[in-house]
Amino acid sequence: MHNIYIIAKREFQAYFATPVAYVFLVIFLAMTGSFAFFLGGFFSRGQADLVSFFSYHPWLYLALIPAISMRLWAEERNSGTIELLMTLPISTTEAVVGKFLAAWAFTAIALALPFPMWVTVNVLGNPDNGVIIASYIGSFFMAGAFLSIGACLSAGTKSQVIAFIMAATVCFLFTMSGLDLVLNFFRVWAPDVLVETIASFSFLTHFQAVTNGVIDLRDAIFFLSLIAFWLFANVIVVDMKKSA
Amino acid sequence: MSQLIVLEQLSKYFGAFTAVDSIDLTVPKGQVLGLLGPNGAGKSTTMKMIAGFLEPSSGRAEIAGFDVSQSPVEVKRRLGYMPEGAPSYGDMTPGSFLNFIAEIRRFSGSEKKRRIDETVEKVRLSEVFHQQIDTLSKGYKRRVGLAQAIIHNPEVLVLDEPTDGLDPNQKHHVRGLIEEMAKDKAIIISTHILEEVEAVCTRAVIINQGKLLVDGTPEELLERDPHHRAVVVTVLGDSGDKVREALSALGLIESVVGRLDQIRLIGSNSKDVSRMIREKELPVEEVYIEWGKLDNIFRQITAPREAIDA
Repeated sequence: MHNIYIIAKREFQAYFATPVAYVFLVIFLAMTGSFAFFLGGFFSRGQADLVSFFSYHPWLYLALIPAISMRLWAEERNSGTIELLMTLPISTTEAVVGKFLAAWAFTAIALALPFPMWVTVNVLGNPDNGVIIASYIGSFFMAGAFLSIGACLSAGTKSQVIAFIMAATVCFLFTMSGLDLVLNFFRVWAPDVLVETIASFSFLTHFQAVTNGVIDLRDAIFFLSLIAFWLFANVIVVDMKKSA
Repeated sequence: MSQLIVLEQLSKYFGAFTAVDSIDLTVPKGQVLGLLGPNGAGKSTTMKMIAGFLEPSSGRAEIAGFDVSQSPVEVKRRLGYMPEGAPSYGDMTPGSFLNFIAEIRRFSGSEKKRRIDETVEKVRLSEVFHQQIDTLSKGYKRRVGLAQAIIHNPEVLVLDEPTDGLDPNQKHHVRGLIEEMAKDKAIIISTHILEEVEAVCTRAVIINQGKLLVDGTPEELLERDPHHRAVVVTVLGDSGDKVREALSALGLIESVVGRLDQIRLIGSNSKDVSRMIREKELPVEEVYIEWGKLDNIFRQITAPREAIDA
Protein backbone atom coordinates (compact mmCIF):
# COMPACT_ATOMS: atom_id res chain seq x y z
CA MET A 1 0.00 0.00 0.00
CA HIS A 2 2.84 2.35 0.88
CA ASN A 3 4.39 2.00 -2.57
CA ILE A 4 1.06 2.45 -4.35
CA TYR A 5 0.45 5.63 -2.40
CA ILE A 6 3.92 7.06 -3.18
CA ILE A 7 3.60 6.24 -6.89
CA ALA A 8 0.09 7.68 -7.06
CA LYS A 9 1.19 10.84 -5.25
CA ARG A 10 4.07 11.47 -7.67
CA GLU A 11 1.90 10.73 -10.67
CA PHE A 12 -0.89 12.99 -9.42
CA GLN A 13 1.52 15.87 -8.83
CA ALA A 14 2.92 15.32 -12.32
CA TYR A 15 -0.47 16.29 -13.78
CA PHE A 16 -0.23 19.66 -12.10
CA ALA A 17 3.48 20.21 -12.80
CA THR A 18 2.57 21.55 -16.25
CA PRO A 19 -0.39 23.66 -17.42
CA VAL A 20 -1.90 20.54 -19.03
CA ALA A 21 -3.98 19.74 -15.95
CA TYR A 22 -5.52 23.21 -15.80
CA VAL A 23 -6.20 23.31 -19.52
CA PHE A 24 -7.87 19.93 -19.24
CA LEU A 25 -10.01 20.93 -16.28
CA VAL A 26 -11.19 24.11 -17.99
CA ILE A 27 -12.05 22.28 -21.20
CA PHE A 28 -13.86 19.55 -19.29
CA LEU A 29 -15.83 22.13 -17.38
CA ALA A 30 -16.71 24.09 -20.52
CA MET A 31 -17.75 21.00 -22.42
CA THR A 32 -19.88 19.40 -19.70
CA GLY A 33 -21.56 22.76 -19.31
CA SER A 34 -22.24 23.41 -22.96
CA PHE A 35 -23.39 19.84 -23.61
CA ALA A 36 -25.81 20.02 -20.71
CA PHE A 37 -27.20 23.44 -21.63
CA PHE A 38 -27.24 23.42 -25.42
CA LEU A 39 -27.57 19.77 -26.41
CA GLY A 40 -29.30 18.53 -23.30
CA GLY A 41 -31.58 21.51 -22.85
CA PHE A 42 -30.85 21.84 -19.13
CA PHE A 43 -33.37 24.68 -18.65
CA SER A 44 -35.83 24.06 -21.46
CA ARG A 45 -36.56 20.55 -20.21
CA GLY A 46 -38.16 22.19 -17.25
CA GLN A 47 -37.20 19.35 -14.92
CA ALA A 48 -35.14 19.54 -11.77
CA ASP A 49 -32.68 16.80 -12.52
CA LEU A 50 -29.20 16.34 -13.94
CA VAL A 51 -30.05 13.85 -16.69
CA SER A 52 -29.01 16.34 -19.36
CA PHE A 53 -25.68 16.71 -17.57
CA PHE A 54 -24.89 13.02 -17.12
CA SER A 55 -26.20 11.63 -20.37
CA TYR A 56 -23.36 13.17 -22.35
CA HIS A 57 -20.61 11.87 -20.10
CA PRO A 58 -19.85 8.71 -22.11
CA TRP A 59 -19.30 10.86 -25.22
CA LEU A 60 -17.15 13.38 -23.37
CA TYR A 61 -15.07 10.64 -21.82
CA LEU A 62 -14.48 9.14 -25.22
CA ALA A 63 -12.42 12.17 -26.19
CA LEU A 64 -11.12 13.38 -22.85
CA ILE A 65 -10.21 10.26 -20.84
CA PRO A 66 -7.68 8.95 -23.38
CA ALA A 67 -6.00 12.36 -23.06
CA ILE A 68 -5.48 11.70 -19.35
CA SER A 69 -4.39 8.11 -19.71
CA MET A 70 -2.13 8.42 -22.75
CA ARG A 71 0.86 9.75 -20.87
CA LEU A 72 0.79 7.23 -18.02
CA TRP A 73 3.20 4.71 -19.56
CA ALA A 74 4.02 6.03 -23.03
CA GLU A 75 5.82 9.03 -21.55
CA GLU A 76 7.89 6.86 -19.20
CA ARG A 77 8.86 4.68 -22.12
CA ASN A 78 9.70 7.64 -24.31
CA SER A 79 11.86 9.44 -21.76
CA GLY A 80 13.52 6.27 -20.45
CA THR A 81 12.28 6.83 -16.90
CA ILE A 82 10.53 3.47 -17.08
CA GLU A 83 13.95 1.92 -16.53
CA LEU A 84 14.26 3.95 -13.37
CA LEU A 85 10.74 3.19 -12.17
CA MET A 86 10.97 -0.55 -12.79
CA THR A 87 14.32 -0.86 -11.01
CA LEU A 88 12.96 0.71 -7.83
CA PRO A 89 11.97 -1.78 -5.14
CA ILE A 90 8.32 -1.96 -6.16
CA SER A 91 6.28 -4.60 -7.96
CA THR A 92 4.78 -4.05 -11.40
CA THR A 93 1.30 -4.32 -9.90
CA GLU A 94 2.04 -1.52 -7.44
CA ALA A 95 3.25 0.72 -10.25
CA VAL A 96 0.21 -0.07 -12.41
CA VAL A 97 -2.32 0.47 -9.62
CA GLY A 98 -0.56 3.61 -8.35
CA LYS A 99 -0.59 5.23 -11.76
CA PHE A 100 -4.21 4.28 -12.37
CA LEU A 101 -5.35 5.67 -9.02
CA ALA A 102 -3.58 8.97 -9.71
CA ALA A 103 -5.38 9.32 -13.03
CA TRP A 104 -8.66 8.31 -11.44
CA ALA A 105 -8.24 10.88 -8.68
CA PHE A 106 -7.59 13.50 -11.31
CA THR A 107 -10.85 12.66 -13.11
CA ALA A 108 -12.59 12.84 -9.75
CA ILE A 109 -11.52 16.48 -9.52
CA ALA A 110 -12.72 17.15 -13.04
CA LEU A 111 -16.03 15.48 -12.22
CA ALA A 112 -16.46 17.45 -9.01
CA LEU A 113 -15.93 20.87 -10.60
CA PRO A 114 -19.35 21.26 -12.27
CA PHE A 115 -20.99 20.98 -8.81
CA PRO A 116 -22.72 24.37 -9.17
CA MET A 117 -25.17 22.64 -11.51
CA TRP A 118 -26.18 20.35 -8.68
CA VAL A 119 -26.64 23.37 -6.45
CA THR A 120 -28.67 25.07 -9.18
CA VAL A 121 -31.20 22.27 -9.58
CA ASN A 122 -31.60 22.14 -5.84
CA VAL A 123 -32.31 25.86 -5.77
CA LEU A 124 -34.73 25.70 -8.68
CA GLY A 125 -36.64 22.61 -7.70
CA ASN A 126 -36.73 19.37 -5.76
CA PRO A 127 -34.51 16.88 -7.57
CA ASP A 128 -34.06 13.27 -6.50
CA ASN A 129 -30.63 13.66 -4.93
CA GLY A 130 -30.30 9.91 -4.55
CA VAL A 131 -30.39 9.50 -8.31
CA ILE A 132 -27.87 12.30 -8.72
CA ILE A 133 -25.46 10.71 -6.24
CA ALA A 134 -25.90 7.35 -7.96
CA SER A 135 -25.23 8.99 -11.31
CA TYR A 136 -22.12 10.65 -9.97
CA ILE A 137 -20.82 7.32 -8.69
CA GLY A 138 -21.76 5.61 -11.94
CA SER A 139 -20.01 8.27 -13.97
CA PHE A 140 -16.93 8.00 -11.78
CA PHE A 141 -16.81 4.21 -12.21
CA MET A 142 -17.30 4.52 -15.92
CA ALA A 143 -14.41 7.00 -16.07
CA GLY A 144 -12.31 4.41 -14.21
CA ALA A 145 -13.14 1.78 -16.81
CA PHE A 146 -12.19 4.16 -19.63
CA LEU A 147 -8.96 5.01 -17.81
CA SER A 148 -7.96 1.40 -17.23
CA ILE A 149 -8.34 0.72 -20.95
CA GLY A 150 -6.27 3.80 -21.77
CA ALA A 151 -3.58 2.94 -19.21
CA CYS A 152 -3.16 -0.58 -20.54
CA LEU A 153 -2.91 0.58 -24.15
CA SER A 154 -0.49 3.33 -23.16
CA ALA A 155 1.90 0.68 -21.80
CA GLY A 156 2.29 -0.83 -25.24
CA THR A 157 3.76 2.18 -26.98
CA LYS A 158 6.32 4.97 -26.77
CA SER A 159 4.05 7.41 -28.55
CA GLN A 160 1.36 9.29 -26.68
CA VAL A 161 -0.48 9.95 -29.94
CA ILE A 162 -0.77 6.24 -30.69
CA ALA A 163 -1.82 5.62 -27.09
CA PHE A 164 -4.55 8.26 -27.44
CA ILE A 165 -5.93 6.93 -30.71
CA MET A 166 -5.90 3.31 -29.59
CA ALA A 167 -7.62 4.15 -26.32
CA ALA A 168 -10.26 6.28 -28.04
CA THR A 169 -10.99 3.50 -30.52
CA VAL A 170 -11.31 0.72 -27.94
CA CYS A 171 -13.38 2.94 -25.66
CA PHE A 172 -15.63 3.79 -28.60
CA LEU A 173 -16.27 0.09 -29.24
CA PHE A 174 -17.08 -0.49 -25.59
CA THR A 175 -19.42 2.47 -25.47
CA MET A 176 -21.26 1.57 -28.65
CA SER A 177 -21.42 -2.19 -28.25
CA GLY A 178 -25.02 -2.01 -27.02
CA LEU A 179 -26.28 -0.08 -30.04
CA ASP A 180 -27.64 -1.54 -33.24
CA LEU A 181 -24.83 0.10 -35.17
CA VAL A 182 -22.47 -2.48 -33.73
CA LEU A 183 -24.88 -5.29 -32.94
CA ASN A 184 -26.41 -5.56 -36.43
CA PHE A 185 -23.00 -6.42 -37.71
CA PHE A 186 -22.94 -9.47 -35.46
CA ARG A 187 -26.65 -10.40 -35.64
CA VAL A 188 -26.32 -11.53 -39.23
CA TRP A 189 -24.02 -14.41 -38.46
CA ALA A 190 -23.31 -14.75 -34.75
CA PRO A 191 -25.40 -16.83 -32.35
CA ASP A 192 -27.67 -14.90 -30.01
CA VAL A 193 -25.47 -15.72 -27.02
CA LEU A 194 -22.54 -13.89 -28.55
CA VAL A 195 -24.66 -10.90 -29.53
CA GLU A 196 -26.04 -10.73 -26.01
CA THR A 197 -22.54 -10.95 -24.58
CA ILE A 198 -21.29 -8.13 -26.76
CA ALA A 199 -24.32 -6.04 -25.91
CA SER A 200 -23.75 -6.66 -22.22
CA PHE A 201 -20.34 -4.97 -22.47
CA SER A 202 -21.91 -1.68 -23.47
CA PHE A 203 -20.91 1.20 -21.24
CA LEU A 204 -23.91 3.10 -22.47
CA THR A 205 -26.42 0.49 -21.37
CA HIS A 206 -24.87 0.12 -17.93
CA PHE A 207 -24.47 3.85 -17.44
CA GLN A 208 -28.00 4.68 -18.59
CA ALA A 209 -29.36 2.16 -16.12
CA VAL A 210 -27.57 4.03 -13.34
CA THR A 211 -28.59 7.54 -14.44
CA ASN A 212 -32.20 6.46 -14.74
CA GLY A 213 -32.12 5.81 -11.03
CA VAL A 214 -31.98 2.05 -11.24
CA ILE A 215 -29.22 1.37 -8.79
CA ASP A 216 -28.13 -2.16 -9.48
CA LEU A 217 -25.09 -3.70 -7.86
CA ARG A 218 -24.43 -5.55 -11.10
CA ASP A 219 -23.62 -2.31 -12.90
CA ALA A 220 -21.04 -1.40 -10.29
CA ILE A 221 -19.59 -4.89 -10.44
CA PHE A 222 -19.46 -4.62 -14.23
CA PHE A 223 -17.34 -1.48 -14.16
CA LEU A 224 -15.14 -2.69 -11.30
CA SER A 225 -14.42 -6.04 -12.89
CA LEU A 226 -13.65 -4.30 -16.17
CA ILE A 227 -11.16 -2.06 -14.34
CA ALA A 228 -9.59 -5.10 -12.68
CA PHE A 229 -9.32 -6.91 -15.99
CA TRP A 230 -7.64 -4.04 -17.85
CA LEU A 231 -5.23 -3.33 -14.99
CA PHE A 232 -4.31 -7.00 -14.96
CA ALA A 233 -3.69 -6.76 -18.71
CA ASN A 234 -1.66 -3.62 -18.03
CA VAL A 235 0.64 -5.54 -15.66
CA ILE A 236 1.09 -8.25 -18.29
CA VAL A 237 1.95 -5.72 -21.01
CA VAL A 238 4.54 -4.03 -18.78
CA ASP A 239 6.08 -7.37 -17.78
CA MET A 240 6.06 -8.62 -21.35
CA LYS A 241 8.27 -5.74 -22.42
CA LYS A 242 10.70 -6.84 -19.75
CA SER A 243 11.33 -10.26 -21.23
CA ALA A 244 11.12 -9.11 -24.84
CA MET B 1 35.46 -11.98 0.53
CA SER B 2 31.79 -12.37 -0.16
CA GLN B 3 30.68 -12.11 -3.76
CA LEU B 4 28.03 -9.40 -4.03
CA ILE B 5 27.43 -9.83 -7.75
CA VAL B 6 27.35 -13.28 -9.32
CA LEU B 7 26.52 -13.80 -12.99
CA GLU B 8 26.25 -17.36 -14.28
CA GLN B 9 26.01 -18.04 -18.00
CA LEU B 10 23.96 -14.88 -18.32
CA SER B 11 22.55 -14.50 -21.83
CA LYS B 12 20.08 -12.28 -23.61
CA TYR B 13 18.67 -12.80 -27.08
CA PHE B 14 16.54 -10.31 -28.98
CA GLY B 15 14.99 -12.56 -31.60
CA ALA B 16 17.86 -14.06 -33.55
CA PHE B 17 20.29 -11.44 -32.25
CA THR B 18 22.49 -12.41 -29.31
CA ALA B 19 23.08 -9.30 -27.23
CA VAL B 20 24.77 -11.00 -24.28
CA ASP B 21 26.38 -14.40 -24.67
CA SER B 22 26.92 -16.63 -21.60
CA ILE B 23 28.71 -14.18 -19.35
CA ASP B 24 30.21 -15.49 -16.10
CA LEU B 25 31.34 -12.87 -13.66
CA THR B 26 31.66 -12.36 -9.91
CA VAL B 27 32.34 -9.09 -8.16
CA PRO B 28 33.28 -9.08 -4.45
CA LYS B 29 32.83 -6.25 -1.98
CA GLY B 30 35.43 -3.54 -2.38
CA GLN B 31 35.87 -3.97 -6.09
CA VAL B 32 35.18 -1.39 -8.80
CA LEU B 33 34.67 -3.24 -12.04
CA GLY B 34 34.96 -1.35 -15.31
CA LEU B 35 32.83 -2.79 -18.08
CA LEU B 36 34.47 -1.89 -21.38
CA GLY B 37 33.40 -2.48 -24.91
CA PRO B 38 32.45 -0.72 -28.12
CA ASN B 39 28.93 0.63 -28.62
CA GLY B 40 26.44 -2.21 -28.94
CA ALA B 41 28.75 -4.72 -27.25
CA GLY B 42 26.15 -5.66 -24.67
CA LYS B 43 27.31 -3.52 -21.74
CA SER B 44 23.99 -1.82 -21.12
CA THR B 45 21.99 -5.00 -21.71
CA THR B 46 24.12 -6.79 -19.11
CA MET B 47 23.57 -3.96 -16.64
CA LYS B 48 19.83 -3.93 -17.30
CA MET B 49 19.67 -7.62 -16.46
CA ILE B 50 21.64 -7.10 -13.26
CA ALA B 51 19.28 -4.31 -12.27
CA GLY B 52 16.24 -6.45 -13.04
CA PHE B 53 14.89 -4.27 -15.83
CA LEU B 54 15.35 -7.01 -18.42
CA GLU B 55 14.69 -10.69 -17.85
CA PRO B 56 17.67 -12.89 -18.86
CA SER B 57 16.95 -15.29 -21.74
CA SER B 58 19.04 -17.90 -19.95
CA GLY B 59 21.46 -18.07 -17.06
CA ARG B 60 21.07 -16.18 -13.82
CA ALA B 61 22.16 -13.14 -11.90
CA GLU B 62 22.50 -12.94 -8.14
CA ILE B 63 22.86 -9.75 -6.11
CA ALA B 64 23.86 -9.91 -2.44
CA GLY B 65 22.64 -13.51 -2.29
CA PHE B 66 19.25 -12.89 -3.95
CA ASP B 67 18.31 -14.14 -7.39
CA VAL B 68 17.28 -11.24 -9.63
CA SER B 69 14.39 -13.13 -11.26
CA GLN B 70 13.15 -14.92 -8.13
CA SER B 71 13.22 -12.07 -5.61
CA PRO B 72 13.39 -8.87 -7.65
CA VAL B 73 12.23 -6.54 -4.88
CA GLU B 74 14.87 -7.83 -2.42
CA VAL B 75 17.52 -7.27 -5.07
CA LYS B 76 16.30 -3.78 -5.92
CA ARG B 77 16.40 -2.76 -2.25
CA ARG B 78 20.12 -3.56 -2.15
CA LEU B 79 21.00 -2.10 -5.49
CA GLY B 80 21.57 1.40 -6.78
CA TYR B 81 21.22 1.68 -10.52
CA MET B 82 21.78 4.58 -12.84
CA PRO B 83 20.44 3.74 -16.31
CA GLU B 84 22.15 4.93 -19.46
CA GLY B 85 21.56 8.65 -19.94
CA ALA B 86 20.52 9.04 -16.29
CA PRO B 87 16.79 9.49 -16.95
CA SER B 88 14.74 11.34 -14.36
CA TYR B 89 11.34 13.01 -14.26
CA GLY B 90 11.90 16.31 -16.07
CA ASP B 91 8.90 18.07 -14.58
CA MET B 92 10.18 17.56 -11.03
CA THR B 93 12.94 19.41 -9.18
CA PRO B 94 15.95 17.51 -7.79
CA GLY B 95 14.39 18.13 -4.39
CA SER B 96 10.99 16.61 -5.14
CA PHE B 97 12.55 13.84 -7.22
CA LEU B 98 14.91 12.74 -4.44
CA ASN B 99 12.06 13.02 -1.98
CA PHE B 100 10.06 10.60 -4.15
CA ILE B 101 12.99 8.17 -4.39
CA ALA B 102 13.64 8.37 -0.64
CA GLU B 103 9.97 7.67 0.12
CA ILE B 104 9.88 4.68 -2.25
CA ARG B 105 13.01 3.47 -0.47
CA ARG B 106 11.06 3.73 2.77
CA PHE B 107 12.81 6.57 4.50
CA SER B 108 10.69 9.03 6.40
CA GLY B 109 10.90 11.97 8.76
CA SER B 110 14.32 13.15 9.86
CA GLU B 111 16.06 10.10 8.38
CA LYS B 112 14.66 10.99 4.96
CA LYS B 113 15.76 14.59 5.30
CA ARG B 114 19.24 13.56 6.44
CA ARG B 115 19.65 11.16 3.49
CA ILE B 116 18.53 13.76 0.96
CA ASP B 117 20.76 16.46 2.45
CA GLU B 118 23.76 14.15 2.56
CA THR B 119 23.31 12.95 -0.99
CA VAL B 120 22.75 16.43 -2.36
CA GLU B 121 25.94 17.54 -0.65
CA LYS B 122 27.87 14.54 -1.97
CA VAL B 123 26.94 15.06 -5.60
CA ARG B 124 26.84 18.89 -5.28
CA LEU B 125 23.28 19.60 -6.27
CA SER B 126 22.37 22.19 -3.66
CA GLU B 127 22.39 25.24 -5.94
CA VAL B 128 19.80 23.68 -8.29
CA PHE B 129 17.80 21.90 -5.60
CA HIS B 130 14.59 23.80 -6.44
CA GLN B 131 15.05 24.13 -10.18
CA GLN B 132 13.07 22.01 -12.64
CA ILE B 133 15.20 19.08 -13.87
CA ASP B 134 14.27 19.76 -17.52
CA THR B 135 16.04 23.10 -17.32
CA LEU B 136 19.29 21.73 -15.85
CA SER B 137 22.55 21.22 -17.73
CA LYS B 138 23.65 17.75 -18.77
CA GLY B 139 26.15 17.60 -15.93
CA TYR B 140 23.52 18.37 -13.31
CA LYS B 141 21.08 15.87 -14.79
CA ARG B 142 23.76 13.21 -14.59
CA ARG B 143 24.32 14.08 -10.94
CA VAL B 144 20.60 13.84 -10.21
CA GLY B 145 20.72 10.33 -11.66
CA LEU B 146 23.72 9.50 -9.53
CA ALA B 147 22.09 10.92 -6.39
CA GLN B 148 19.04 8.73 -6.98
CA ALA B 149 21.29 5.65 -7.18
CA ILE B 150 23.23 6.25 -3.96
CA ILE B 151 20.64 7.80 -1.65
CA HIS B 152 20.00 4.47 0.15
CA ASN B 153 23.70 3.59 0.44
CA PRO B 154 23.28 0.32 -1.46
CA GLU B 155 25.62 -2.67 -1.23
CA VAL B 156 25.78 -2.91 -5.00
CA LEU B 157 26.07 0.01 -7.37
CA VAL B 158 25.58 -0.31 -11.12
CA LEU B 159 26.31 2.86 -13.08
CA ASP B 160 25.89 3.00 -16.83
CA GLU B 161 28.33 5.60 -18.15
CA PRO B 162 28.41 7.73 -15.00
CA THR B 163 30.71 10.44 -16.36
CA ASP B 164 29.35 10.72 -19.89
CA GLY B 165 28.73 14.38 -20.71
CA LEU B 166 30.55 15.79 -17.69
CA ASP B 167 33.33 18.35 -17.93
CA PRO B 168 36.82 17.40 -16.65
CA ASN B 169 36.23 18.89 -13.20
CA GLN B 170 32.94 17.09 -12.80
CA LYS B 171 34.47 13.84 -14.04
CA HIS B 172 37.21 14.14 -11.47
CA HIS B 173 34.65 14.75 -8.76
CA VAL B 174 32.46 11.79 -9.73
CA ARG B 175 35.49 9.50 -9.90
CA GLY B 176 36.51 10.64 -6.44
CA LEU B 177 33.00 9.87 -5.24
CA ILE B 178 33.14 6.35 -6.70
CA GLU B 179 36.52 5.70 -5.11
CA GLU B 180 35.23 6.95 -1.78
CA MET B 181 32.24 4.58 -1.88
CA ALA B 182 34.25 1.64 -3.20
CA LYS B 183 35.47 0.14 0.04
CA ASP B 184 32.17 -1.20 1.31
CA LYS B 185 30.36 -1.82 -1.97
CA ALA B 186 30.63 -3.78 -5.17
CA ILE B 187 30.50 -1.31 -8.04
CA ILE B 188 30.13 -1.88 -11.76
CA ILE B 189 30.59 1.04 -14.12
CA SER B 190 30.42 0.92 -17.87
CA THR B 191 32.40 3.34 -19.92
CA HIS B 192 34.24 3.80 -23.12
CA ILE B 193 36.50 6.43 -21.66
CA LEU B 194 39.56 4.30 -21.07
CA GLU B 195 41.42 6.70 -18.82
CA GLU B 196 38.51 6.29 -16.44
CA VAL B 197 39.31 2.62 -16.02
CA GLU B 198 42.85 3.45 -15.00
CA ALA B 199 41.59 6.18 -12.72
CA VAL B 200 38.92 4.34 -10.70
CA CYS B 201 38.65 0.66 -11.54
CA THR B 202 40.39 -2.12 -9.65
CA ARG B 203 39.40 -4.55 -12.36
CA ALA B 204 38.48 -4.27 -16.00
CA VAL B 205 36.47 -6.50 -18.26
CA ILE B 206 36.23 -6.09 -22.01
CA ILE B 207 33.17 -7.42 -23.76
CA ASN B 208 32.46 -7.45 -27.47
CA GLN B 209 29.50 -8.88 -29.37
CA GLY B 210 28.09 -10.08 -26.07
CA LYS B 211 31.09 -12.15 -25.11
CA LEU B 212 33.46 -11.56 -22.23
CA LEU B 213 36.89 -11.40 -23.81
CA VAL B 214 39.33 -10.07 -21.24
CA ASP B 215 39.25 -9.94 -17.45
CA GLY B 216 42.03 -8.49 -15.33
CA THR B 217 43.39 -5.54 -13.40
CA PRO B 218 44.04 -2.41 -15.46
CA GLU B 219 47.78 -3.18 -15.11
CA GLU B 220 47.30 -6.66 -16.51
CA LEU B 221 45.44 -5.15 -19.41
CA LEU B 222 48.27 -2.73 -20.05
CA GLU B 223 50.70 -5.66 -20.21
CA ARG B 224 48.85 -6.77 -23.31
CA ASP B 225 50.00 -3.72 -25.19
CA PRO B 226 53.26 -4.72 -26.92
CA HIS B 227 54.44 -1.16 -26.40
CA HIS B 228 54.04 -1.40 -22.63
CA ARG B 229 57.41 -0.72 -20.97
CA ALA B 230 59.14 -0.29 -24.32
CA VAL B 231 62.13 2.04 -24.23
CA VAL B 232 61.86 5.06 -26.47
CA VAL B 233 65.04 6.86 -27.46
CA THR B 234 65.11 10.31 -28.99
CA VAL B 235 68.11 10.61 -31.28
CA LEU B 236 70.12 13.82 -31.72
CA GLY B 237 70.48 15.14 -35.25
CA ASP B 238 70.48 12.67 -38.10
CA SER B 239 72.53 9.90 -36.50
CA GLY B 240 69.53 7.62 -36.38
CA ASP B 241 71.13 4.77 -38.30
CA LYS B 242 74.11 4.61 -35.99
CA VAL B 243 71.96 4.44 -32.88
CA ARG B 244 69.65 1.94 -34.48
CA GLU B 245 72.56 -0.38 -35.28
CA ALA B 246 74.05 -0.14 -31.82
CA LEU B 247 70.78 -0.83 -30.02
CA SER B 248 69.47 -3.58 -32.27
CA ALA B 249 71.30 -6.15 -30.18
CA LEU B 250 69.12 -5.31 -27.19
CA GLY B 251 65.70 -5.92 -28.63
CA LEU B 252 63.27 -5.41 -31.44
CA ILE B 253 63.55 -1.98 -33.02
CA GLU B 254 60.52 -0.13 -34.27
CA SER B 255 60.17 3.39 -35.51
CA VAL B 256 57.74 5.67 -33.79
CA VAL B 257 54.91 6.81 -36.02
CA GLY B 258 55.14 10.50 -36.78
CA ARG B 259 58.57 11.01 -35.20
CA LEU B 260 61.62 10.51 -37.42
CA ASP B 261 64.09 11.05 -34.60
CA GLN B 262 62.61 8.50 -32.19
CA ILE B 263 63.32 4.80 -31.90
CA ARG B 264 61.24 2.36 -29.91
CA LEU B 265 62.94 -0.70 -28.43
CA ILE B 266 60.64 -3.54 -27.51
CA GLY B 267 61.73 -6.30 -25.18
CA SER B 268 64.69 -4.58 -23.59
CA ASN B 269 65.07 -2.81 -20.30
CA SER B 270 66.08 0.75 -19.71
CA LYS B 271 69.22 -0.09 -17.72
CA ASP B 272 70.77 -2.01 -20.59
CA VAL B 273 69.85 0.73 -23.00
CA SER B 274 71.35 3.53 -20.94
CA ARG B 275 74.50 1.49 -20.32
CA MET B 276 74.87 0.94 -24.06
CA ILE B 277 74.34 4.63 -24.72
CA ARG B 278 77.03 5.54 -22.21
CA GLU B 279 79.50 2.92 -23.39
CA LYS B 280 79.19 3.74 -27.06
CA GLU B 281 78.62 7.46 -26.46
CA LEU B 282 75.58 7.48 -28.68
CA PRO B 283 74.14 10.88 -29.66
CA VAL B 284 70.90 10.58 -27.72
CA GLU B 285 68.78 13.42 -26.36
CA GLU B 286 66.29 11.58 -24.19
CA VAL B 287 65.36 8.08 -23.03
CA TYR B 288 61.99 7.23 -21.54
CA ILE B 289 59.87 4.19 -20.79
CA GLU B 290 56.64 4.05 -22.71
CA TRP B 291 53.45 3.13 -20.89
CA GLY B 292 50.89 0.84 -22.50
CA LYS B 293 47.73 2.47 -23.76
CA LEU B 294 44.36 0.97 -23.03
CA ASP B 295 43.22 2.44 -26.32
CA ASN B 296 45.57 0.14 -28.20
CA ILE B 297 44.48 -2.93 -26.30
CA PHE B 298 40.86 -1.99 -26.68
CA ARG B 299 41.26 -1.64 -30.46
CA GLN B 300 43.31 -4.80 -30.68
CA ILE B 301 40.62 -6.82 -28.92
CA THR B 302 37.42 -5.31 -30.16
CA ALA B 303 38.09 -3.90 -33.63
CA PRO B 304 37.07 -5.88 -36.69
CA ARG B 305 40.00 -7.71 -38.34
CA GLU B 306 40.58 -5.32 -41.27
CA ALA B 307 40.90 -2.38 -38.93
CA ILE B 308 43.84 -3.94 -37.07
CA ASP B 309 45.76 -4.77 -40.18
CA ALA B 310 45.33 -1.28 -41.53
